Amino acid sequence: MAKEMKTPERLLRVPFCPGCGHGIFVRLMQEVIEEKGLSERYISAVGVGCSSNSIGATYGGNIVEAHHGRAPSVTRAMKALRPNCFVWTYQGDGDAYAIGMLETIHAANADAPISVFVINNNNYGMTGGQSAPTTLKGQVTTTSPYGHDGNPIDIIPQLMTYEHVGYIARGTVTSAAEIRKLKGYIRKAVDMQMNENKYSFVEILSPCPTNWHKSPIEACNWINEVVTQKFPLGEFRG
Amino acid sequence: MKELWKGSHAMAEAAIRAGARLYCGYPITPQSEIMEYMSERMPQVGRIFIQAESELVSINTVYGGALTGNRCVTSSSGVGISLMQEGITSCFSKGLPILIINVNRTGAGMGGGGGEGGSFSGGQDDYTRETHGGGNGYYRNLVFIPDSIQEAVDMIYNAWDIAEPYRNPVVLYTEGRLAQMMEAVEMPEFKEREPLDWGVDGTSKEMKEYRAMNKEYYKYKQRIDLMRENEQQWEEYLLDDAEVVVVAVGLCSRVCRGSINKLRAQGVKIGMLRPKAVWPFPQKGFDALPKSVKKIVCVENSSGPEMLEDVIVAMRYTDHLKTVPVYSSTREGLIPTKELIPFLQGVIDGTVKEVG
Repeated sequence: MAKEMKTPERLLRVPFCPGCGHGIFVRLMQEVIEEKGLSERYISAVGVGCSSNSIGATYGGNIVEAHHGRAPSVTRAMKALRPNCFVWTYQGDGDAYAIGMLETIHAANADAPISVFVINNNNYGMTGGQSAPTTLKGQVTTTSPYGHDGNPIDIIPQLMTYEHVGYIARGTVTSAAEIRKLKGYIRKAVDMQMNENKYSFVEILSPCPTNWHKSPIEACNWINEVVTQKFPLGEFRG
Repeated sequence: MKELWKGSHAMAEAAIRAGARLYCGYPITPQSEIMEYMSERMPQVGRIFIQAESELVSINTVYGGALTGNRCVTSSSGVGISLMQEGITSCFSKGLPILIINVNRTGAGMGGGGGEGGSFSGGQDDYTRETHGGGNGYYRNLVFIPDSIQEAVDMIYNAWDIAEPYRNPVVLYTEGRLAQMMEAVEMPEFKEREPLDWGVDGTSKEMKEYRAMNKEYYKYKQRIDLMRENEQQWEEYLLDDAEVVVVAVGLCSRVCRGSINKLRAQGVKIGMLRPKAVWPFPQKGFDALPKSVKKIVCVENSSGPEMLEDVIVAMRYTDHLKTVPVYSSTREGLIPTKELIPFLQGVIDGTVKEVG
């Protein structure tokens, strides 16, 4: 029997570059929100960067803009004052691990019952592909023309030291199988907040063909072959 | 019934009684007692206390809280408020009526005790940043400055009621001394209000925060013009026949009041215009000054002239004050009466040089 794949009601358009992983995440999130019956009680704070393009991707007033790096602080207050809502952040790697590292670490440590979703594409996508804390050593970007000097930061081992954190996972969007797995991670992150009142964290390795100067397929292959060596996939907690 | 209250505790309690649902702050002298008090008191009344990990976290936490349509408050001082500026200008642009209690320490940079000058006892040298916006873009906060702990309590108690119709951030701007001293205070009763209709609650089908902002009324310039027109606050003291008018705010105005009383006893026709809101600056107070005014003296508890600029602008827009000479007294640390009286005497005698 054929199964109908319905577009989530609130999904409007995908305002991202061709081959970008953001659009897949936006859709998965809306599918999970609909499936869990949370369409009328979710609030998300989006960071600054390509994540803020998602404001136009969905229909509804449940999205607020947070300053660069500040989404965990914004959502922490919103969850405290709207405890019945599913409250989550939508950030990029520059947002969460450079300018917002303090918020990322402390919101997790403070046991704030929010969900943090970070799209990691190894660079600052919106501003034209500058190097980020997640840029691989030697990677050429618009601000590391001779190859990136620094080392990529993996936040997950740090989050693992917080015993009370409910759920930690890293997924990607490079194949149908990985997308299905990622949807499972998103479901569990939602459940951890709504059922257990605990903090949950999901990082999504996402292709950025535009700034990597690769075709979408090459970009996916690069994630699978190179990026995942430094940023391993899977569920780490929960 | 009046009770003896420490300034910082009284301001915290006033914010709670005014309906604060959430407080978030980060320790900084001379106002950490506000945060300590909140940490004990907020949970007792079923409200939320969050200790931030920096002032950036403080301001963005109250930003998030205010987006839900609740009354949220933070407090800080000096560099702490500097660090908050990105959040404050955003609270303006998003139309979020947050309350900021700003307890001025003294000095640029780190302020406080180090380097030349600088004092935790506080002054008014953050005046320009508070009144003219320290963040990016054309914006203004409502800024009230009290001369006593009772007035600080009353201003905080009314702050949200004034700011919410405009959806504008509001600042209670005061000095380190006021937060640290004790006075008798009549504490008002608890008040509550229903959550505002624009608060993000998860159910909204359209962007409520923007929906309200798109109304003509809430466009930045219109909002600022309306506040400028409607929210000027000042006190007139012995102005009816005054020839010399002192302009002073906050604790500094109390020293001026004492000095004016002494000079009045000697037959000098001197009075005071005390702005209670320093933004919007009380232009109407200047308009109402009597024609008898011959000299205006701006007395500030700051190491350089700041409010003086607002005074001169206000005079420029008042026909009968355009050519009146202006005198300026600035001093880091509160000016003692025994220095202020000879200064004012010099202004009256013509031995003190006018500004310009």
